Amino acid sequence: MKKEKKQPKLAKRHKHLNRSGTGNFISFLFLLLLGLAMLFPFVYAINNAFKPLNEIFIYPPKLFVQHPTTDNFTQLFVLMQESTVSFSRYIFNTLAITVIGTFGHVIFASLAGFVLSKYEFPGRKMLFTLITTSLMFISQITGIVNYITISSLGILDTALAVIIPALGSSMGVFLMKQFVDSMVPGPVLESAAVDGAGLLRTFWTIIMPMVKPAWITLIIFDIQSLWNTDGGTYLISEQKKTLSYALSQITASGISRMGVASAASVIIMIVPIVTFIITQSNVVETMAASGIKE
Amino acid sequence: MFLKALSKDLFTNKLIQIKKSWRFYLCLLPFMAAFFLFTILPVIRSVIYSFCYYNVLQPAQFIGLDNYKNLLLNDDVFVKAVINTVVFAVFTGPGGYLLSLLLAWMINDFGRTVRTILVVIFYAPSISGQLYVIWQLIFSGDSQGYANVILTQLGIINEPIQWLTDPTYMMTICIIVSLWMSLGAGFLSFVAGFQGVDKGLYEAAAIDGITNRYQELWYITLPAIRPQMMFGAVMSITAAFGSATILQTLCGFPSTDYAAHTIVTHLQDYGTIRYDMGYACAISTILFLVMVLLNKYIQRMLRGVGQ
Repeated sequence: MKKEKKQPKLAKRHKHLNRSGTGNFISFLFLLLLGLAMLFPFVYAINNAFKPLNEIFIYPPKLFVQHPTTDNFTQLFVLMQESTVSFSRYIFNTLAITVIGTFGHVIFASLAGFVLSKYEFPGRKMLFTLITTSLMFISQITGIVNYITISSLGILDTALAVIIPALGSSMGVFLMKQFVDSMVPGPVLESAAVDGAGLLRTFWTIIMPMVKPAWITLIIFDIQSLWNTDGGTYLISEQKKTLSYALSQITASGISRMGVASAASVIIMIVPIVTFIITQSNVVETMAASGIKE
Repeated sequence: MFLKALSKDLFTNKLIQIKKSWRFYLCLLPFMAAFFLFTILPVIRSVIYSFCYYNVLQPAQFIGLDNYKNLLLNDDVFVKAVINTVVFAVFTGPGGYLLSLLLAWMINDFGRTVRTILVVIFYAPSISGQLYVIWQLIFSGDSQGYANVILTQLGIINEPIQWLTDPTYMMTICIIVSLWMSLGAGFLSFVAGFQGVDKGLYEAAAIDGITNRYQELWYITLPAIRPQMMFGAVMSITAAFGSATILQTLCGFPSTDYAAHTIVTHLQDYGTIRYDMGYACAISTILFLVMVLLNKYIQRMLRGVGQ
């Protein structure tokens, strides 16, 4: 609450080299136009999702829906029911992966980030350098060998094949460590030590409440990646596949199901976008600490 | 003698320190186990396998530099993939980076509400998952495709353009789509960075004789957000090389004339379809080296900002 009040005040203070009124207007116009262009695929998808069949194939096509209907969504559910695996199964799989993966990663990454930030021990610096460098190890590079690892661990074709690699994602630890660095002053730990609080209790009852924006951000980032996961090559049997996979199968079935495909895209995008809108001030606050110092 | 004793002393000291820190290592363990197993180990194993012939079923067989030789000398498709990757990365990497920086800077001067709305709009494409396949419908090759309809009605074209199968257009469309999605974590970092610049710096700068916004940007603002710029660079590099998946999804695999074939596509072709793991690992080792070296170079370049 305190933060929100502080920001507008700061913005007012540095007026002197601010844009002129005209400059402000021109850049607003530019951003508005660009913003509309960015939104175009969203507008297109949402309108298509609510178009009846005859409007989808009208020529020339109209961007905006004339007689909105929820037919595409009903048809999507019917299609999903007809498939060999029920729709609820895909939803369950995705929810399980997202909830367990997010929960586990947020706890483990926060704990690791906190320890790396606040305590001195051999290897600490090296580990953090490794974590920063590994931000660049994209899944395309690690994926090939990970397939071998996962199959030799015997967790191929289980939800764990997606969850366990997600627990080791370095972005979370990186952000948490940077945020604790900038937000938690040293004396807090000293007074905790005086009170006789152990490491885990300090972490859970003192640090976590102080870095709420950071773990909210971690939750948002994890939801973004796990909710959208299609399981790649790790999930093989239809019973184990995710919602994103099931919906992309429908999208891939071509032009005749354009309306249903749009409905599917709308459903899958809603979760990450809505969660971001709700938490965006926390996320931006966390990202302020994201810088890589030399 | 003395030095030897000293170093032994240091070593035992270190050991004592490590023993004393067991609690910290224990806290790091759950994350580190997954991190080493699935992020660090695969890179090390990739380098090792890249010197082997390995088809998963039989044990890996050491073949020296053969994979690299074949890759660099005999694989025409790989050469094509490298060229495509460079073209794609040059536009989406620096392009996405500068776009993020410019937009974050422009957004910064607006009030809280406008700023929030703009941030949500610009950031949304990067988190909307599979939504980008909608571009496939917009640039659909038949006369019903949205782009074709508009161009036909304006009288610019007579027959539909095969946007995603005609090599003339494929790359351009994919670059547009990836720029659309490029305002991700790096962009948020810039937005937050600009907001966090110490306002006292501006007052001091005004006294030092800085008179316009561009001088202020170069000498004050950008150096102040240099850490965020470093982070943004890492994000841009990963996006430039990683989002090659976009090309694969939009143009299909294999694409016409391999015009949308990138290093990542090549890697997945050998790794997940042909099961020639050694060859795939040679490709990923090269990609990995390029990314790390590029990052080193960019970090050095960013140190020159504001000087």
